[in-house]
Amino acid sequence: MTTLQTTPNIQESEVEIGESRWSKIGFYLLLTLFALFFLLPLLWMIVTAFKPFEEWLNPNWIPVNPTLENFTSIFNDKSLPVVNWFFNSLLIASLFTAAILIIDSLAGYAYARLDFPGKNFLFGLMLATLVMPGIMFLIPNYLTVSRLDWIGKIQGVIAPGLSGVFGVFFMRQFFQSLPRELEEAAYIDGASVWRTFRSVILPLSKGPIITLGIITFLTSWNDFLWPLLILGGDRKALTLPVGLATLQGQYTFDYGKLMAGALVLTIPVLILYAVFQRYIIRSISMTGIKG
Amino acid sequence: MATKVESLSYPVRRKARKKISIVPYLFIAPHLLFFAAFLGWPFFYGVYISLFRFDFLRPENRPFVGLKNYANLFNPESVQFDKFWNALGNTGEFILWSVLPLVGLALLLAVLLNRNYPGRGVFRTIFFAPYTLSVTVASVLWWWIFQQTGIVNQAIQAFGLKPVNWLGDLPGAWVAITVATVWWTIGFNTIIFLTALQEIPKSLYEAASLDGANARQQFFMITIPMLRSVMVFVLTITLIASANLFGQPYIMTAGGPADGTQTVIYRIFFEGILRGQMGTAAAMSIFVAILLLSLTYLNFKFFGATEES
Repeated sequence: MTTLQTTPNIQESEVEIGESRWSKIGFYLLLTLFALFFLLPLLWMIVTAFKPFEEWLNPNWIPVNPTLENFTSIFNDKSLPVVNWFFNSLLIASLFTAAILIIDSLAGYAYARLDFPGKNFLFGLMLATLVMPGIMFLIPNYLTVSRLDWIGKIQGVIAPGLSGVFGVFFMRQFFQSLPRELEEAAYIDGASVWRTFRSVILPLSKGPIITLGIITFLTSWNDFLWPLLILGGDRKALTLPVGLATLQGQYTFDYGKLMAGALVLTIPVLILYAVFQRYIIRSISMTGIKG
Repeated sequence: MATKVESLSYPVRRKARKKISIVPYLFIAPHLLFFAAFLGWPFFYGVYISLFRFDFLRPENRPFVGLKNYANLFNPESVQFDKFWNALGNTGEFILWSVLPLVGLALLLAVLLNRNYPGRGVFRTIFFAPYTLSVTVASVLWWWIFQQTGIVNQAIQAFGLKPVNWLGDLPGAWVAITVATVWWTIGFNTIIFLTALQEIPKSLYEAASLDGANARQQFFMITIPMLRSVMVFVLTITLIASANLFGQPYIMTAGGPADGTQTVIYRIFFEGILRGQMGTAAAMSIFVAILLLSLTYLNFKFFGATEES
């Protein structure tokens, strides 16, 4: 009787078996209702994407004449460089993730294991920025990027995000959990700090690096406001999420095409999620523990 | 203190620490560079900008105006006043709409996932899936669902009721935006609650049930008190996330009807980026940031006061 935190039993005096059967049915019913709430909209997106024009407004959940014409028409529309958007998104998210992994594991290691004057001060500063509302940085960062002449460029989308402290904390927390003996043995063998980090610590860090990599990639792939600000002027340079919003502006009531576009944007994410679910969910659990 | 610097007394390392080594600084340098440029500097630069009439498109004409940009936010005669307070009110309204379901429902979902039964992992996967999507996907999808010709209205009509102009009327637009947001983001809070639930020692429930406490009593006497600190955390991040609402109204309603769902971020975006009035936009940002910080502070003060561990 360890897991009792569901809906309380109403009549305690009832026969045990019957009561638990009904509460079991109610329990699964509730679960199923919630599952439908999360799944049906996704299904509706897929269904609509494969429906021909005449069926868009029909409430049927299986297309009568399934078609790919929504996909072909958005990919063939010269004013909607969906393929460009896809590769822009891929490039930005990949570069951003690679950069985050490198700079944050380096910094995380120093804050976890090395001693240097100013460490606590810098670390405190980083902690303080956690409570700072992001909106404060929007306008001044836009100006900085514009002064660097990075508006409309990939650097302008990527660079500001590299200032984030989440990855540093994330890696630091992991490095702190490693036993000290590992490094001591390497030091006694005469290895330098860099060498120790590179050939002793990093090989042990695959799990957290994958985790951080996946959520960083997802965040970047899905990002909307900042790429909109930086890339909004040039259609070819957009990322998929910003491009899809443009698509909506253009194809206002072409629901099938919009859902096809949304699906193109969604598929890579759902594949990543299916493969790396464990890592993604674990990283969020860690956020909670930290708080 | 958050930084737990374990003091080591191994001879090798100690020698290395006697003279200050530049090695650790090389490790932190790449991050520190970006941190300084895009989190440190803008903190001050934002305040600086807010003291000027800073027109993005007219660099030659940016006079110092002192606190005028802030004063304008409280001056009913100013150009900014009406739209800014409208946006602030809208943001507050969305917080009222969204925080309760985002926290309450997430707790319910977490409780449902915290039992042992076949298929539990599948349900967890399903509940969390929308969180991995882009705000654009979530918004375009729910925008389609809530269209006048959309599936929700078709369902309503099937019951013989009149269709609702969800996105073009209030409070319909808020309902649509709230449902989309809950659908999209609730998985995050759910996982955090679930993790916390799994950390409550099982022995507490065993002891309670030996004492004859029923499920309801156990929930309110054990689960809720044990979740206190995580509750404050979830409440705070949800408040902040809701206060940052932008993509959903930008895509679903374009801030309408009649600016009725234009939020503060939307307003700052409009003022600073679209209109190029960066001085006033920076002042608005700082004012909003102070509001948010106060909210966070109050939240911790009232709900987190008796935190033992």
